Amino acid sequence: MLVYLLRRLLYVCPVAIGVSAICFMLVHVAPGDPLTAIMAVDATAQEQEAMRAAYGLDKPLPTQYVIWLGKAVQGDLGKSIASGRPVAGEVIGAVQNSLVLAFAASLIAFPLGIFLGFLAGYFRDSWIDRAVTTVAIAGVSLPNYWLGIVLVIIFSVTLGWLPAMGAGDGAWMWDFTHLSHIILPAITLSVVPIGIVARTMRALVGEIYSMDFVQALYAKGLHRGDVLRHVVRNAAPTGLSVMGIQLGYLLGGSILIETVFNWPGTGFLLSNAIFQRDLPLLQGTILVLALFFVLVNLTVDVAQAIIDPRIKRS
Amino acid sequence: MSETDTLRDNRDRGGPAQPLVLAQNLTKHFPIRSGLLNRQTATVHAVDGVSFAVHKGETLGIVGESGCGKSTTARLLIGLIELDDGTIVFDGDALGSAISLRDMRKSVQMVFQDSYASLNPRLTIEETIAFGPKVQGLADPLGRARDLLGKVGLDPNRFAHRYPHELSGGQRQRVNIARALAMSPRLVILDEAVSALDKSVEAQVLNLLCDLKDEFGLTYVFISHDLNVVRFISDRVLVMYLGEVVEVGPVEAIYGKQAHPYTASLFSAMPSMDPDNRTMEPPLSGDPPNPVNPPSGCRFHTRCRFAEDVCSGAKPALATFGNHPDHLAACHMHDPASGHSLAGAEASA
Amino acid sequence: MSTAIALAASASTSGRRGYWSGVLKRFSRDPVAVGCTVILLVLILAAIFAPYLDLADPYKGSMIKRLRPVGTEGLPLGTDEQGRDMLARLIYGGRLTLYVGLMPVVFAFFIGAALGVTAGYVGGFVNTVIMRVVDIFFAFPSVLLAIAISGALGAGIVNSLVSLTIVFIPPITRVAESVTSSVRSLDYIDAAKASGGDAFTIVRVHVLGNVLGPVFVYATSLTSVCMILAAGLSFLGIGVKPPEPEWGLMLNTLRTAIYVNPVVAALPGIMIFITSLCLNLLSDGLRSAMNVRD
Repeated sequence: MLVYLLRRLLYVCPVAIGVSAICFMLVHVAPGDPLTAIMAVDATAQEQEAMRAAYGLDKPLPTQYVIWLGKAVQGDLGKSIASGRPVAGEVIGAVQNSLVLAFAASLIAFPLGIFLGFLAGYFRDSWIDRAVTTVAIAGVSLPNYWLGIVLVIIFSVTLGWLPAMGAGDGAWMWDFTHLSHIILPAITLSVVPIGIVARTMRALVGEIYSMDFVQALYAKGLHRGDVLRHVVRNAAPTGLSVMGIQLGYLLGGSILIETVFNWPGTGFLLSNAIFQRDLPLLQGTILVLALFFVLVNLTVDVAQAIIDPRIKRS
Repeated sequence: MSETDTLRDNRDRGGPAQPLVLAQNLTKHFPIRSGLLNRQTATVHAVDGVSFAVHKGETLGIVGESGCGKSTTARLLIGLIELDDGTIVFDGDALGSAISLRDMRKSVQMVFQDSYASLNPRLTIEETIAFGPKVQGLADPLGRARDLLGKVGLDPNRFAHRYPHELSGGQRQRVNIARALAMSPRLVILDEAVSALDKSVEAQVLNLLCDLKDEFGLTYVFISHDLNVVRFISDRVLVMYLGEVVEVGPVEAIYGKQAHPYTASLFSAMPSMDPDNRTMEPPLSGDPPNPVNPPSGCRFHTRCRFAEDVCSGAKPALATFGNHPDHLAACHMHDPASGHSLAGAEASA
Repeated sequence: MSTAIALAASASTSGRRGYWSGVLKRFSRDPVAVGCTVILLVLILAAIFAPYLDLADPYKGSMIKRLRPVGTEGLPLGTDEQGRDMLARLIYGGRLTLYVGLMPVVFAFFIGAALGVTAGYVGGFVNTVIMRVVDIFFAFPSVLLAIAISGALGAGIVNSLVSLTIVFIPPITRVAESVTSSVRSLDYIDAAKASGGDAFTIVRVHVLGNVLGPVFVYATSLTSVCMILAAGLSFLGIGVKPPEPEWGLMLNTLRTAIYVNPVVAALPGIMIFITSLCLNLLSDGLRSAMNVRD
């Protein structure tokens, strides 16, 4: 297993380099000059050249990439063109807010998705199964940014129960004011993962229950509860990996939801970056998010290797 | 009779004395990669220096336990796996120089064990049979296919448009035979071709194979683990153990008296029909050793009752045995110069 | 995900029917899938023939008729924030929404299948290069990748098509590669090789027929996500540009109206929801009709 883990760790390097290359290229596929946003309208050709040199844009692309990567490794993601502040600082603050939201959403989505999926898989082809399947497929078909708007219409505009915008004042805390702000976006964000986790668990549990070893357990005289323990153990590795990947998607998928609720996370940062054509900010945010996703995948694989005996022994 | 047929074949260049296939020192090692950098850490000695001849018009049976390299040998013969070492001479033409793989494939065909996996589920059986003739540019592939369906006992009007899943296992294997014959091959390799069939169906297909052999003047290489079937269909038998040939000879000679202890134990595992001739001593015990690190010297010495020091030290060569000049075995007990205590004396296997 | 081909094992063996007629038969027995097909066809046909449907001009606004509620005389679905007829805008909106929502999967299907089949059949170094690049794109959550590329390229229909196609090539390539690898190891491929077929002919005759079905089913399961994403890009303002009618964009511009006329503001979302629900159910129906499982 040690070899497997080391190989998995080693494998992260080329992926991370590839990810950084894509992020770097983002700025260069963008139409127009990255400096237009800050360049004085009446800048002379000489002044433009000077600015280019100042930002290192006069060098060939591979050189620029190496310089950029070298700085990025040291935590320097450049300066935001719009605000002039370091990108790294802005991104870290936003990632924290996004993580809080993703975490809250997964607290709703995972237990509910697992429960529903187990229920449907256990009572396969019954009305319960059909009900869960319907809910799950509706969940994955919902445009969640629209669901956010509908929830705002119902709970903020009509009923006036919950705030519609923002994360509450000051730094994030798990207190009443802040929690009331997170309820609607967290529910909105949790709908798709509920559907995906429930569908996966349903298929998984149904498949395990149809295996011969389950019949053998019943034949040995085990009670339903004891058999269920065996089923849970067999479902755990796959279930874990689905949840891990969903956690990553929550982080990336929250961009639209954050826009709907003005949640001050990475999504909010990204849409600002896009509209102000603040390419260093865009680049830095995407890089941090993607690397985070790579890290989540790595963690999931390692955790899976630890609990799955088939990988453990290889 | 088959001799006159092969003489009639205008592709026959070497005459009846020239073996159809001469395999020399066939070797295939599969690398096992593992570790951090995926370096090759071990080698599976699947086929190790195997030599034999297939004479025109005969059926050569190849037997051995699973994993002994029978199927790898078959795939090497037809070029589905690349040789690491060794040469194949087809009717006097060395493969790779005098004859190309593409040209040889027109003359060598194969029937696989899994009748389902060897038929494309999306093609009708007529299309499957016609595929080979079509890519080789033969005239009227579909007509040829229907013709052959008749020859293998499937009414073309009823079966030509069916899909593999609409046929029984025996019918599918007949289709596979027809597909092989569609290329007008001279050699057909039957890799466990009847092993997966029910006994009654197996008998029908075996009879069909015998009839087709006479009708088309074919030569067979028949790979099987079923000694009864091999005895029924083969003229000569080749016994393999861990990627090597341990014994080869005419079927009546080998089935009469086995020269190699491995062959002997293999045959003693065969249930006897005679109540006075019961199997009293246990046949082979245990699994064959791992082909990753095959034993030194004679590869059978780890399981052989007669093993002595010389067996693990030196590799025995194939040498004639008994009174039949074509009966060869690789065992130190038959080599008086080997130093084995039983050498020279008749081993009472 | 390991997509395997479940070899068509049909119960009745009579008659000379091909694979596709069996699929059609099983599909037509599935009321949900058929219902969804009908709804989608109505939406698509309405979008195509919108100019002939005697609708109001979807671009023409009116300052005095702004944000009329659903059920207003002559305006069955009310008006939007610029007084434009919602019914007309929703039907015309289907044009761009469905186009940008479905075409990327079509493009990605062809490109991804070509890459995946090549990687799976050729194997070795070619496989390593293709699949490692795919792995890198897999490091991005799909929403993030779409927004990143669209955000860098800027708004516009072509840019949306490009970014969404790039998003969906990697998953399709992965599935195509895994199905091709499993097909390649089957004996009928060896038999075809032994018959002297060259790689191109074997792929055409023996591989594609067995690979494209499962890959196609997988691609249909992506259409719903693609629809939601495409509308999402417009919703963010980096997809279709105003004043074009497009459901995601309409959802965005109507956000200011949720305090005045919430039902009208929610309408475009309902359209997206219905479409993507139908696409999902249709894909599930196809999956079981074609005996594909993952």
